[in-house]
Amino acid sequence: MQDYFLEVQDLKKYFLAGRPSMFNRAVEQVHAVDGVSLQLRRGEVVAIVGESGCGKSTLALTLMGLEEPTDGKIIFESKEITHANEHDRKLLRQRIQMVFQDPYESLNPTQTIGEIVGEPLDVHGLIHSKSERELKVVKALEDAGLKPAETYMHRFPHQLSGGQRQRVVIAGALVLEPHLLIADEPVSMLDVSIRAEILNLLADLRRTRQISIILITHDLGTVGYFADRIAVMYLGRIVEIGPTHEVLTNPQHPYTKALLSVVPVPNPRLRRERVILQGETPNPIHLPSGCRFHPRCPIVVERCKVEDPAYVETGESHQTACWMVGT
Amino acid sequence: MKRWRYLLGKIGWAFFTILFVLILNFFLFRVLPGDPARAGVHDPRLKKEAIEAIRVRFGLDKPVINCFESLNPIKIGSCDVNPLDTQFFIYVKNLLQGEMGISYHSNRPVVDILAERLWNTILLIGAGQILAILIGVVFGMFAAWKARTSIDYGALIISLVAWSLPTFWLGIILLFWGSNNGLPIGGMQTPGMSSQPFLVRAGDIARHMFLPTLTYTIVYMGEYMLIMRSSLLDVLSEDYILTAKAKGLSMFQVLKDHALKNAMLPLVTVIAINLGFTMAGAVQIETVFSWPGLGLAIYEAVNRRDFPVLQGAFLLIAIAVILSNLIADLMYSYLDPRVHTD
Repeated sequence: MQDYFLEVQDLKKYFLAGRPSMFNRAVEQVHAVDGVSLQLRRGEVVAIVGESGCGKSTLALTLMGLEEPTDGKIIFESKEITHANEHDRKLLRQRIQMVFQDPYESLNPTQTIGEIVGEPLDVHGLIHSKSERELKVVKALEDAGLKPAETYMHRFPHQLSGGQRQRVVIAGALVLEPHLLIADEPVSMLDVSIRAEILNLLADLRRTRQISIILITHDLGTVGYFADRIAVMYLGRIVEIGPTHEVLTNPQHPYTKALLSVVPVPNPRLRRERVILQGETPNPIHLPSGCRFHPRCPIVVERCKVEDPAYVETGESHQTACWMVGT
Repeated sequence: MKRWRYLLGKIGWAFFTILFVLILNFFLFRVLPGDPARAGVHDPRLKKEAIEAIRVRFGLDKPVINCFESLNPIKIGSCDVNPLDTQFFIYVKNLLQGEMGISYHSNRPVVDILAERLWNTILLIGAGQILAILIGVVFGMFAAWKARTSIDYGALIISLVAWSLPTFWLGIILLFWGSNNGLPIGGMQTPGMSSQPFLVRAGDIARHMFLPTLTYTIVYMGEYMLIMRSSLLDVLSEDYILTAKAKGLSMFQVLKDHALKNAMLPLVTVIAINLGFTMAGAVQIETVFSWPGLGLAIYEAVNRRDFPVLQGAFLLIAIAVILSNLIADLMYSYLDPRVHTD
């Protein structure tokens, strides 16, 4: 048994669909995250991939403690933090930081860049003088690639471009020197030309600061870039997890195969057979019986409709939840 | 630099608007029927010389403007009168000297009448607005914080009801209630109070103020609460609020440092515009409670066809609305950094 930095055990987060009322006492539940298990080593980058609505973002918010988990365990640095109290949660905030998807929305329009990046320092009482604060803010900004920091400190978010804003968001997360960074689609709102820069920045940070990163994305193309491992999520559960290279070149789960078959490839001569999934993603309120992928699965058999598949080892630390694997 | 340009632009616009109102205000009252001399014509006891004397006293014997003797009924006059000797230019000249004419009814300068009335109105509206803002903002924040709970729905219902109550009706109801509870129901001071020491007088005025201020507060509190609630709910769903929570700010810090400043923006506009309009809007409250303010002056002047007073009051209200809009614009540029740099 390896000593993991972050361990998630069978994490569940259900939301109530509507509110209980006089006429409707039994309220249905949305199974946003439904039994996710995940381990993370120090300095490792894990990418969580899936369609919109598969529960990636809810997973991120639950790990951050911004949503209370319904069930399951989160163990961080050998301490259970599933239902941390306010005091512990505040300490955790220093060590787990998050980068949100939309840099146009995640910066307060009335604060200057200096105030935004410096605020966490004040909140956690990490600085004792103005000059110390300035020094740390400048370092965080320059680490995030905003050089020279002085020219950005007194500007407002609306005066920066999308890529610069996302760097500010990253600087605001870095200033606390976190051990774990959760990046929820950090580049999906940015121009393609900026995406690589931001991803490079994250890769650098991981190398220089030994930060572990959970990268949430719907874009398999950006994942291969620097993730160590990939976890593919479908309807609130991880269906396949393994080393990036393994998963990308030798996918086992039919869902992963379908996702990979539609990733655009630069070479037009390289024709592949595309697997286009039929139908819509099922409603997360009424989950399908058995394997939750079975209504759309191209290789479905009777067993899939009844029994939920367990994880099968399909390679070194490569696991897949499918009855048809290896048969 | 940009900020100064923005400021100068806004002040320039306000200036031109006031100029426009000034001109409109003059012609409005010249088109309306009924000058004091004409009203008195039907009195058989009034001699022709007396009528003429009244017209000369108020300057009504002069042509309205070049080529027009009068505007109601339209009477074309000579076009080669000295323009400086027409009513319009005398009006402009007087205004520049701070003169607004003489009241038809009381024969006192309009400026004096309005000046003493204005302070009473400012006292009443100031107290009412401050209370309405404080209560509205606090309740609105509380409702947004407890969104979709019974507290929130309770506050929503109360403020909707308060907002929809007719001002005069609420005033009359409170008047009944107050008179049964020993509160003064009209005026601003008990007669004979002017010789009392300051503190006694202030207490007496406060007692007189209680009911009209309460009416005013109830009516405006609902509006502010509703705006504050929805604006704060909007802001609380923004990503930067989630970011702030993720950075470790407590709920209180999130509200104080991030949500309030952004949520106040729509409210600032509404408050500033209300301030201007309620100079006139206090007509109902001041009439119900006989509060000797600008609103009551307008009400009385309408009944007496006292056009100079009305004209002065209209000008004052217009300037108040324009100035409060200007203040709203300037405050906005201070509160929201996006305004003046774009």
